[in-house]
Amino acid sequence: MSNVNANLNMKTNVNKSKEEPTVGAKSIFVDANRKQIATRRRIDWLLRLLFLVATSIGVLALMALLIDIVSNGIARVQPELFNNFPSRRASEAGMKSAIVGSLYMLAIMAPLSFLLGVGAAIYLEEYAKKNRLTRIIQLNISTLAGVPSIVYGILGLTLFVRELHLGRSLLSGAFTMTLLVLPIIIVSAQEAIRAVPKARRDASFALGATKWQTVSRSVLPSSISGILTGVILAMSRAIGETAPLVMIGALTFVAFLPNGPMDSFTVMPIQIYNWVSRPQASFQELAAAGIIVLLVTLLIMNFSAILLRNKYNKHI
Amino acid sequence: MRSDAVPTRESMFKNRKTHLMDRIMPVVLFLCATLSILTTIGIVFTLIGETFNFFRQIPFIDFITGTKWSPLIEPKSFGIWPLISGTLLITVIACLVAVPLGLASAIYLSEYAHKRVRGIVKPILEVLAGVPTIVYGYFALSLVTPVIRSLFSDAGVFNALSAGIVVGIMIIPMVCSLSEDAMTAVPRSLRDGAYALGATRFEVALKIVVPAAFSGIVASAVLAFSRAIGETMIVTVAAGSTPKLTGNPLESIQTMTAYIVQVSLGDTPHGSVEYGTIFAVGMTLFVITFLLNILAQYVARRFREEY
Amino acid sequence: MQTTMTSLIEINKLNLYYGSFHALKNVSMRIPEKAITAFIGPSGCGKSTLLRTLNRMNDMIPGTRIEGEISISGTDIYSGSVDVETLRKKVGMVFQQPNPFPKSIYDNIAYGPRLHGIRDRKTLDEIVETSLRSAVLWEEVKDYLKRSAFSLSGGQQQRLCIARALAVNPDILLMDEATSALDPISTLKIEELVQELKNRYTIVMVTHNMHQAARVSNQTVFFLNGEVVEYDETEKLFSNPSDQRTEDYISGRFG
Repeated sequence: MSNVNANLNMKTNVNKSKEEPTVGAKSIFVDANRKQIATRRRIDWLLRLLFLVATSIGVLALMALLIDIVSNGIARVQPELFNNFPSRRASEAGMKSAIVGSLYMLAIMAPLSFLLGVGAAIYLEEYAKKNRLTRIIQLNISTLAGVPSIVYGILGLTLFVRELHLGRSLLSGAFTMTLLVLPIIIVSAQEAIRAVPKARRDASFALGATKWQTVSRSVLPSSISGILTGVILAMSRAIGETAPLVMIGALTFVAFLPNGPMDSFTVMPIQIYNWVSRPQASFQELAAAGIIVLLVTLLIMNFSAILLRNKYNKHI
Repeated sequence: MRSDAVPTRESMFKNRKTHLMDRIMPVVLFLCATLSILTTIGIVFTLIGETFNFFRQIPFIDFITGTKWSPLIEPKSFGIWPLISGTLLITVIACLVAVPLGLASAIYLSEYAHKRVRGIVKPILEVLAGVPTIVYGYFALSLVTPVIRSLFSDAGVFNALSAGIVVGIMIIPMVCSLSEDAMTAVPRSLRDGAYALGATRFEVALKIVVPAAFSGIVASAVLAFSRAIGETMIVTVAAGSTPKLTGNPLESIQTMTAYIVQVSLGDTPHGSVEYGTIFAVGMTLFVITFLLNILAQYVARRFREEY
Repeated sequence: MQTTMTSLIEINKLNLYYGSFHALKNVSMRIPEKAITAFIGPSGCGKSTLLRTLNRMNDMIPGTRIEGEISISGTDIYSGSVDVETLRKKVGMVFQQPNPFPKSIYDNIAYGPRLHGIRDRKTLDEIVETSLRSAVLWEEVKDYLKRSAFSLSGGQQQRLCIARALAVNPDILLMDEATSALDPISTLKIEELVQELKNRYTIVMVTHNMHQAARVSNQTVFFLNGEVVEYDETEKLFSNPSDQRTEDYISGRFG
């Protein structure tokens, strides 16, 4: 009702001032549609509140998640968790093999994906001509980033486990995860390389450096901390990834440490999955404890990425 | 033939060692870049090969029209629809959570929030995006499901609602950050133009910024949809393993991804029909998400506003 | 300064800070009604800042602090009783870069009136036509009102933005270097338009171009480092400035 009134007022206001364009002093803010503006301000206030509430839901969800996990699991974060192998008895079970498995996998995957990913990024940013093939590669990378991780698991199962006869080994797992994180690494490394000012390349060329000398001695050193930030973030994604490793058959019950890359293995998220899927409350607590270990690992990785990013921002 | 003592005109300007690196490295780097293409080809061929084998034993028409999925238990039937409906149920619930909340957060962060608030909220959302999916799975089972079961007495221990909500929470940051990017790209001058006419903040946000950023927002919603379809661990842990053609979110269902995990955990002999189902279902999953990702890129490009 | 015209805007001992930066220092002036007042000065001198205080566009820049008083026809526009929306409706603004909304020509003009509650199609049609006529754009676009505003040339876009500002029926029009992004011919057209508009509106323009101020305005204010150096009839200020710094500036010795 009030809105309709406001409209009518507004209309007469417009017409009147068209007839007599002079506006007397003092009358300028005596606006007939004050009511309409008050309504709009109320809507503005309400929506602001609504948007704020919506935003805080994400924040609250994270808090609920953390509180839930810490309160369920903190009591089980004991030396046994790190020193013991998995066991049928929850009271004796630990995740030693999973922690070591995750670290071994990281040790194979990190250098591999760094070399391949940065290599591809350098090619695309520094060498590639703007032609069709380059566009296809670029489009392909962004599409690959959207492929569900379990599909990589299917690829790893067929290609590494069966065709290349690597079996359900640490190596199969590391290769599969490398393929999974490559698109992420390539895209972030490309951004870091693109941020290097053209003037630095020109300066290098002007001193008689070849393309590769320029890339390896000028572009890469300038962008390395940005690249490493991306690599660390990709690694933290890989550390938490479960589905593809379930596919290639990382075991859920490993009571030994892998001796070489061809040994079978388990990783933290798979051990957690194994505990989560058991109905007993004591295993649920164990799962929460495992999650705490996993999250702390990720926190450390992310924190070092942030430190690197800050350093990087200072340098460029 | 050339004498080293008297450099010829050409070699005077050449340093053989660096020259070698400049010949090798482009090729090496190019090979790195083509690895992504090989990955795609690998995925496609793997899926097609085994899927083809599968359809030699099970008629394609039964697969694509069947409404019963029980490949592991006699009498076996291979109708994909229960898995698709389970996946869609999760995805729709997840998007109902993630798209409104993500978009509202994006509007709040880009149009309302002070710099300080942004500085706090954005890293929190980044953390939310970095939490492993198995952790979300635990969260669904240990906190969300009990809450749902206390609200709806007929909800099962495993139910689509709990898993769907948690998948939604997981993709809020993605929707938020992509939509916010699209909104931040709307030039300041457009907002100023509207403010100068006496618009309030919500009018600027909803009538100027959101329409101008619409293609980016739609693209973020499509990507969210695709991401929810491909999500695996949350649904494996919390949504159950009973393929069912149902729209009831309180029931236990099974998604395509959860089915693939279930089979790969068991001792399914290589080459059997059961083993082939992984690939047929994986192929379906791949095709759907691939098409959605292409659609998102198309939307973002095709309907891009010029400012 | 002596003027027979009534003043519409009165600025009294205005100080403005961006954080710790003192952007406007003790500015006082009276801006007359239905005339063109030009703000000139080197970049960073505070002229745009002052302009943006007049419709409170500075409110949105965090860390801005204001002391002193600005009143428009006797009302303090920074007092709590003034709605910033109403203020901006009464005090229209045209920006440096043409900034049409990504909408049709018609919807660009109708945007403001719709905001302020006009829904009636016929009234809107009327407002669109009158505003486009006032901005001397009607003849060029009357057959293409449904086309995107981006299909217009830069000069036409700027006149569209002027029409958009006029459509909410303001009393004052602020122009922030409104021709600096345009070619000479479009600039000339807008200058002619401004001459016509001054019969109905009070116009305050910021310009980087001294010649434009000399050509177009009735009063000119010269700013330097956030201070008003000189404020006078345009003719007098350009022909016989009373401050040495003004003379230096208009004779091109700096800035």
